[in-house]
Amino acid sequence: MEALQRVFGKNAAYYLIGPAAIWLAVFFLFPMLSLLTTSLSDPATGSPINGYTLTWRVQNYVEALGDYWPYMMRSLLYAGIATILCLVLGYVLAYAIAFKAGRWKTVMLVLVIAPFFTSFLVRTLSWKLILADNGFIVNTLQTLHILGEDGRLLATPFAVIMGLTYNFLPFTILPLYTSLEKIDPKLNEAAADLYASPFQRFTKVIWPLSLPGVVGGTLLTFIPATGDYINASLLGSPNTQMVGNKIQQLFTTAGDYPHAAALSVILMVIIVGMVLVYVRRAGTEELL
Amino acid sequence: MSLADQARGDLKLTGLHKRYPNGFVAVESLDLVIPQGSFFALLGPSGCGKTTTLRMVAGLEEATKGTIHIGDQDITHAKPYKRPVNTVFQNYALFPHLTIAENVAFGPKRRGAKDPAADVKEILALTELTEQAGKRPAQLSGGQQQRVALARAIINRPDVLLLDEPLGALDLKLRRAMQLELKRIQDEVGLTFVHVTHDQEEAMTMADTVAVMNKGRIEQMGAPYDLYTNPHTTFVANFLGRSNLIKGKVVGREGTGADAVVKVDMHGTIATIKASKVHTTSDEGWVGIRPEKVLIQPEGQTIDAPGAALSGAVVVDASYIGVSTDYTLRMPWGQEITCFEQNTGRRGGLIPVGTKVDVSWRPEFAFLLDSAQDVEAGLEED
Repeated sequence: MEALQRVFGKNAAYYLIGPAAIWLAVFFLFPMLSLLTTSLSDPATGSPINGYTLTWRVQNYVEALGDYWPYMMRSLLYAGIATILCLVLGYVLAYAIAFKAGRWKTVMLVLVIAPFFTSFLVRTLSWKLILADNGFIVNTLQTLHILGEDGRLLATPFAVIMGLTYNFLPFTILPLYTSLEKIDPKLNEAAADLYASPFQRFTKVIWPLSLPGVVGGTLLTFIPATGDYINASLLGSPNTQMVGNKIQQLFTTAGDYPHAAALSVILMVIIVGMVLVYVRRAGTEELL
Repeated sequence: MSLADQARGDLKLTGLHKRYPNGFVAVESLDLVIPQGSFFALLGPSGCGKTTTLRMVAGLEEATKGTIHIGDQDITHAKPYKRPVNTVFQNYALFPHLTIAENVAFGPKRRGAKDPAADVKEILALTELTEQAGKRPAQLSGGQQQRVALARAIINRPDVLLLDEPLGALDLKLRRAMQLELKRIQDEVGLTFVHVTHDQEEAMTMADTVAVMNKGRIEQMGAPYDLYTNPHTTFVANFLGRSNLIKGKVVGREGTGADAVVKVDMHGTIATIKASKVHTTSDEGWVGIRPEKVLIQPEGQTIDAPGAALSGAVVVDASYIGVSTDYTLRMPWGQEITCFEQNTGRRGGLIPVGTKVDVSWRPEFAFLLDSAQDVEAGLEED
C-alpha cells in the first residue's frame, strides 16, 4: 500500500477500484441508463433511426403492462414449471454424479456441458424435428392412443416447456453438483449411525446442505427462462407466446423501442422482486 | 436414571470376515468378546483391518462371513440406523448446518423423542459444552468438536460406543487432555467403548484391554501391562513400544512350575528367561528386552543385575533428552541395541561415545520369541 501511495498519492484506493468502476459503467450502467431513458421517451416523435428524446412518458409502462400482462403471466408460469422440472431432473443427476459416479464423474460432467458445443438455436431446432407431427414420437404416441388421431406435440405449451427444461437443465445441474459435491459422505454415514432412515438422511442432512445449490440453480434457470423467446417461437404457436416474444416483436417488427424498453424494465423489476423474496425465504441471503 | 442401566450385554464377534470385491482380505476370521462396560482398544498400523472391523460393527460395512452379537441379539445384517451402536467418527462428521444442541438432539429425534431438551442439557453439561449449545460446529475448536461428536453419540445410550481414531485430529497436548476426559466420561456412563487407534500410547493409557491387530488378525490381546511386559510376537514387541531382539539358541530348560526357566545362548553369553515368557518351541529364538530395562556400566564397574553381563559393547551414540538418555550400543557381533537410562544423577554425566561398556538386565524382564518371525515386523516405516 505504501509503495502504491508513493506512485498515486493519497488517493491510491480510488485508482485501484478504477478498472472495476469503468467495467461496470461500460457494461452495466450505460446500457441500463439507455434502456430507462428509452422507456420514458415518446414513441410518436422518435424512431429507431433518428433516436428518441426523453419526455418522461410514464404512460409507456401503463400501456405495456395493460396490453401484455397475459404474456407476462404465461412467461412466469412456463418458466416456473420448467424450473421445477429442471430441479427434479437435475437434482437426481447431480446427486448421482457427486456420490455414485466414481471414476465416471468427469465423463458425466463433460456430457452435461457437451450440448453447449452446439448452438442453442440449432439444438432447439432439432427438437422441432423430434416433436414434428409426422415424427417418430408423435406417431408412436398416436399408435398407443395416448395422443388422438390429429393430436400433436409441436406448437403446444408442452413443447415450449419441454424446450425450456431441456435448454436450461445444465444451468440447474452445475450449481447443484457443486453444492452436493462439497457434502462430506461421512455426514450421510453419521446420520445413518444416528438412526436416520434413508429418507430422513435426505430431508435432514443432504437437502439442507444442498440448499445453496438449489437456490443458485433455480435462479440461473428461472431468470433466463422467463425472458426466453427462442423456445416459444420455434416450438410454440401464437397461443404460447411469452413476454420475450413480445419484447422482440416490439423492438424488431414494430420498431416501437419505448414500449419494448418499458416491458423489459417491468420484467426485470418483477424478477428482481421475486428473487429477493425467494432468497430470503430459503435462508440463503449470503448468496446475494 | 443412570446411563449405565441401559447397557445389555457383551459384544461378540464370531468368525468375522471381510473380503473386498478386489480380493483384499481386510479382516480374517476374527473372534472377539468385548465384555459389557469395558474400555476396549483395537490397536494396529493403518491397513490392519481395525477400522473395517469397527465399520462392520456399526453396520457401515457388510461382513462377508461371521456374525456380530450384542448379548443375545444378532445384529450382523441389521441396518446401521437400527443398531444399538453409535460411532464417534474420525473427523467427527458433525452436521455443519445444525447448532451444537441440534447436532446432539439428532439421534433422539430420529428415534421419536418428543422433547429431548432435558437430555441434551444433561449431556452438554457432562461434556462441558453448555456454553456452546447455540453455536455451529465451525465456530468450535478441535477439542470442543470432539466433545460434540462424543455427546451426539452417548446421548443415545447405545449398548456399544465405537470411537474411530477420535483424537487423531488433535494436537499432542489437547490429545492428552482429551484422553483423560474420555476415560472420565466412560467411567461415568459405563457404556462399552470400542476404541480404534494406531497410537499405542493412547491405547495403553485409556483401555482396560488392548487387542493388537496386524494384517486382519489379532496378534495378541490383554491388559496393557501384560502386552508390554510379555509380548508373544515380534510384531507386538516392536509395535507396542520398542524392543531389542537378539538372536539366541536354547541350551537348556530348568525348574518346574512358576520357577521354570529356559537358558539361551546369546553369542556366547547365557541368558535366563522365565518359561512363562517363552513363546517358541524351536531351538532358536529372539531374546527380547525393552530398552529401559537394559542396564549399562563402563567396563570394569559392577552392574546392579543378578544375570549374566554381555561385555565388549561400545557406545556409538548418546542422545540426551532431559529426563533420560538414549544410548545406542554396538555389540561385539555387530548388532546395535538401544538403552534408555533415567537421568537420576547417579552417574554424574553422560557416558561418552566410544566408551566400552558392559550390558545386562534383570532376567525376569526378558522374553523369547519365535525365530521364524520377522525381526522388523511392526517397526514403523516412516
